[in-house]
Amino acid sequence: MTLTLGHFLSLGAILFALSIIGIFLNRKNLIILLMAIELMLLAVNMNFVAFSYYLGDMRGQIFVFFILTVAAAESAIGLAILVQLFRNKSNINVDELNSLKG
Amino acid sequence: MDVKTGLFYVFAALLLFAAFRVVTARNPVHAALYLVWAFIQAAMIWLLLRAEFLAIALVLVYVGAVMVLFLFVVMMLDINFDGLRQGFWRQLPFAGVIGVVVALEMAAVLIGGFRMTEPKAMAVLPQLAGQASNTRDLGILLYSEYVYPVQIAAVILLVAIIAAIALTLRERKDTKHIGVDAQVRVKSRDRLRVVQLAATKPAQAPAPDAPAGDPAPAAPAEKKP
Repeated sequence: MTLTLGHFLSLGAILFALSIIGIFLNRKNLIILLMAIELMLLAVNMNFVAFSYYLGDMRGQIFVFFILTVAAAESAIGLAILVQLFRNKSNINVDELNSLKG
Repeated sequence: MDVKTGLFYVFAALLLFAAFRVVTARNPVHAALYLVWAFIQAAMIWLLLRAEFLAIALVLVYVGAVMVLFLFVVMMLDINFDGLRQGFWRQLPFAGVIGVVVALEMAAVLIGGFRMTEPKAMAVLPQLAGQASNTRDLGILLYSEYVYPVQIAAVILLVAIIAAIALTLRERKDTKHIGVDAQVRVKSRDRLRVVQLAATKPAQAPAPDAPAGDPAPAAPAEKKP
């Protein structure tokens, strides 16, 4: 039994589903939510790399490159917002982030 | 079942276990360390797919930079994590159903639909066929066809730097910090004022419309009645 493209895509799908479960489970903890988002991006990158290998097209890996860039920027800004939030509210509970509510 | 398939199953199992522990760990420091583990296993799987440059970049950028940032934030903030886990097990049946449904649907489509076993030959430029490396191909594409997206990515990173610094920078009012530039720039006349004083006071001429007598005792004298 050799590896097929479906193996890698299924791995990405299961990883994505696991991170969805993580978002449901840790709905209050902002740090774990950010980590689950990183896992989702990893699953998407896995699909890109697998397609790039099996279709013989390098452009999939280029897209992974850009996704890594955007994900790094996203987590940096997300963590900065989290630090600022903790300074102001002494808490990172998502349920209490209702200051913008009208 | 050849070696590559066996390695894939080992790496995939470790990756999924690490991902599961990320979302269920009680301590966020453990979650971050398990996420490091997951990234390393994913890099191994990418090596199986001959994406060497991206595998190394994943380890360097994610494990080396982003996860260290996560660990810094988790350890720097004094967060009560037990309160954040309330309702954790109450969500579990719902989340499990959703996750299993998503995974089964996607896997059912993907396992059946993509039975491609032989990868096609990868070559960016025909004259480099057979001698091109992954990093070289990636570089050729990035700096020729995708040069404008590379610059947009650079701008995104710059914006991220500025935003992260602007969000977390704060002026502290309680420090006794003195600006060195202000100290160097100061002139002597900003600190010391030389006042020309006469050696003796000239005699005061009485004001013309003042009442008789010297004016100094006049002010208390008015209060007396």
